[in-house]
Amino acid sequence: MKTCLIVDDSKVIRKVARHILETLEFSVEEAGDGKEALERCEHAMPDVVLLDWNMPVMSGMEFLKLLRQRGHSDQPKVVFCTTENDMAHIRAALEAGADEYVMKPFDRETLHIKLQLVGVA
Amino acid sequence: MEISDSSSRILAGLLEARTGQQLTMNRRWRLETALSSLMRERRIASIDELITILVMGKEPSLAGRVVEALLNNETYFFRDRAPFDLIARAALPQLQQRHASSKRIKIWSAGCSTGQEVYSLAMLFAEEPLKWAGWTIDILGTDVSDAVVGRARSGTYSQFEVQRGLGIAQMIKWFEETPDGWRAVEGLRKTVRFQVHNLLEAPPHPGDFDIVLCRNVLLYLNAETREKAFERLASAMAPGGWLMLGAGETVIGQTRKLTADKDARGLYVLTSNAEQADRRVA
Repeated sequence: MKTCLIVDDSKVIRKVARHILETLEFSVEEAGDGKEALERCEHAMPDVVLLDWNMPVMSGMEFLKLLRQRGHSDQPKVVFCTTENDMAHIRAALEAGADEYVMKPFDRETLHIKLQLVGVA
Repeated sequence: MEISDSSSRILAGLLEARTGQQLTMNRRWRLETALSSLMRERRIASIDELITILVMGKEPSLAGRVVEALLNNETYFFRDRAPFDLIARAALPQLQQRHASSKRIKIWSAGCSTGQEVYSLAMLFAEEPLKWAGWTIDILGTDVSDAVVGRARSGTYSQFEVQRGLGIAQMIKWFEETPDGWRAVEGLRKTVRFQVHNLLEAPPHPGDFDIVLCRNVLLYLNAETREKAFERLASAMAPGGWLMLGAGETVIGQTRKLTADKDARGLYVLTSNAEQADRRVA
């Protein structure tokens, strides 16, 4: 079973994403901000991270840069999942090492295909 | 809101008369949702009132709008993925050899809805510019609904639509942000064309298409109408051309004009071509 870490400060989004991911047979962990997510990754690296952009304590972008700086250039796969939906944000995320990008709102089919595209579903 | 059987039957009859499609039981429960936007726009309070207007012929344009609202336009980019891999792997290399002198390939997406399948096909070619340099790739999308053909032609998709099926790198390569949504870049739009067409009528260019796609459309037709549709699709195919259907759809037991391609599971060829090939092997 593949593992997914959901990083989002919204409990509702985490709940919805967890539900979708569990129907896709993922084992799911959650973190409420980038700092907590980094700690979880150090403890046990997930196969994929579903990452919000704007969060308190540490943003998704800060988390991603630190993760990739620490030598995790290819693993885990990182899928941004955010309301920052313009071309500039998308390009910045890809340059920082994101593998895919989901614009909220999304549905199960969209997320499933994105996870297939990064090779974890 | 309760929808009476007689109202359902009238709407089903209208849809079938205009498009050949059946309003199956699993679509009937969505009638109210499908028609709610149109009813709000026309200030129609109930389905029964809508039926009354339709039956009395008070607003001739309304029937067309109702039919468009009832059609299932569900689609997304590279739907099911595997069919597009199959076309790229099995069909295009053969077509490249077959048409090496004319450098022309014609593809028809029948029942293309809002056009995502057509633009996905266009991306298959556009992703390999060197391979297809100097070729004329003619990709035609048709649908019975004027409204969805208009949307397909514009090449503009909402944020929700544009990311369904597309990887982010592909999305930002082939689509640009506009005030109305995400629009396919001109380089992609100029390789495709769209027109209104009913599948039960003669095909746009008989005997001319190297690949015909008709996915997730025929399942809404009754057996007799489906057989007619298969005849139309077969008559559109060039000798040696292929038909691709939706996942779970087949020609087996539906038509004698088409048969499975032994070398490419998921593609269908004209039975006459398959028999000729078998005789050559024998």
